[in-house]
Amino acid sequence: MLYAVLCYNDESVTSSWSKEEDDRVMRDLSVVQRKYAESGKLGPVARLVPTTAAATLRHSAGETIVIDGPFAETKEQLLGFYLIDCASLDEALDFARDLSNANPSTGSYEVRPLALYKPGELPS
Amino acid sequence: MTDTAWIDLALVSARPQAMGALLRYFRSLDLAEEAFQEACIRALKNWPRTGPPRDPAAWLIFVGRNSGIDRVRRQSRETALPPEELLSDLGDRESELADRLDGAHYRDDILRLLFVCSNPALPATQQIALALRIVSGLSVRQIARAFLVGEAAMEQRITRAKARVAAAGIPFETPDAADRAERLAAVATMIYLVFNEGYSAMNGPEGVSADLCDEAIRLSRLLLRLFPAEPEIMGLAALLLLQHSRARARFDAAGAVVLLEDQDRQLWNRPMITEALAMIDKAMRHRRPGPYQIQAAIAALHARASRPEETDWEEIDLLYQALERLQPSPVVTLNRAVAVSKREGPEAALAMIEPLGERLSGYFYYHGLRGGLLKQLGLACEARKAFNQAIALATNAAEAAYIRTQLDHLAAAPMPEPSFSSDCPGA
Repeated sequence: MLYAVLCYNDESVTSSWSKEEDDRVMRDLSVVQRKYAESGKLGPVARLVPTTAAATLRHSAGETIVIDGPFAETKEQLLGFYLIDCASLDEALDFARDLSNANPSTGSYEVRPLALYKPGELPS
Repeated sequence: MTDTAWIDLALVSARPQAMGALLRYFRSLDLAEEAFQEACIRALKNWPRTGPPRDPAAWLIFVGRNSGIDRVRRQSRETALPPEELLSDLGDRESELADRLDGAHYRDDILRLLFVCSNPALPATQQIALALRIVSGLSVRQIARAFLVGEAAMEQRITRAKARVAAAGIPFETPDAADRAERLAAVATMIYLVFNEGYSAMNGPEGVSADLCDEAIRLSRLLLRLFPAEPEIMGLAALLLLQHSRARARFDAAGAVVLLEDQDRQLWNRPMITEALAMIDKAMRHRRPGPYQIQAAIAALHARASRPEETDWEEIDLLYQALERLQPSPVVTLNRAVAVSKREGPEAALAMIEPLGERLSGYFYYHGLRGGLLKQLGLACEARKAFNQAIALATNAAEAAYIRTQLDHLAAAPMPEPSFSSDCPGA
């Protein structure tokens, strides 16, 4: 089954990382990614630009409006996501745990099965 | 990251929010700073054992407030001041705490904290130093290093700035829309100053200047999170990101300035550019142009060109014209002249900047650009004179090194002087 692993954290913390800290976290995470990629389980990996660059389109009362920023003002923001092919929830949670261990900050990983998946044709 | 590094990071990122709230409680920068300091000490003692609190800022505010009240109580006993008023005042505020801890209310606290450091009555250097100390929590030593002054001198500068802020009075009432706009503009200027300090000292002590640029970007993102629909704040953040995206390409191995068109665009920081372009696109949708947005839009046109030849100089010229209307200044005209030189050639640009000579005679870039244009026209001797004036006005080694390269070019490849030239008689 395909799972999405959605990474949430407090953006004001992650954007306070120095370049060295950021590089280190990315390097540690890529070790985990490689492990799952080598067993053919890892799908697309995405890191999102901070929500300050986001705009949200909402449909309400018959018209669409564009709002600056993300949909909801919350303490933690969606910072990126993975798609991974796992036999069970436990296996997907193991992946999230590996990511979490490689990432020193707090924050959370939401593990959610996919209902539909179209890989698309975008080159990396 | 080491075990305590995550605590440091949490303290740094919670700082503006916690300091903002503590400033509101204690109405004094010094008291707020002491209270925050105390809370940090307790965090360092407790968090490794208990793990991070769910909301570090709320934790720090709560603990800081209590330790601050303790301190006021102790001091008022020692100095026998009438404590009742002060304490009941704080007691009333306690009831506000619960709802105040709800995120959205922090906005004005943080804005106030930033605004206090942006008091236009303070000279730029004091604004920057105060913001780095109070908002960013840099040590006096770090700030002194960034400014290339001694620690004692910097300590004195910050103390003086704090005294002026206290004398001017800190505005505690909740700002109305007009006040808020005014505060935002002052804070944006201060953040720009912090960035500029880092940007112009980029070839100074290793790392320090880049840290100031990073800090300014962090503050601009913070401001944008508080005011997500302000196009000028989007413009500010985009401008800083775009300028900083070129940091690695701005100097060559010998430390000389590399002009935009000669920079290795592979060295530009793509994630920063992506973020900035998204912000400038968002800002434009508001149709409320301002100086930061226009400058960011100009920088964005450079960022969008994968090769210098693809630069949209016509659009850049138009944007500079718009900027000239909003913020007339000889420096803006000087910048526009670069676009004009690309569109219409060096002669037209030269004609445009000649009238600026009087006002910009002490400005490095005026003579640098003039020398470059003269060089393009083959007027080697005039060019040399202009470059010599520039080098005398260079404010750092990288600028001087760039001009020296230009002079070397002139010396190495003497250009045929146009026959009509009365270039440099007797030189």
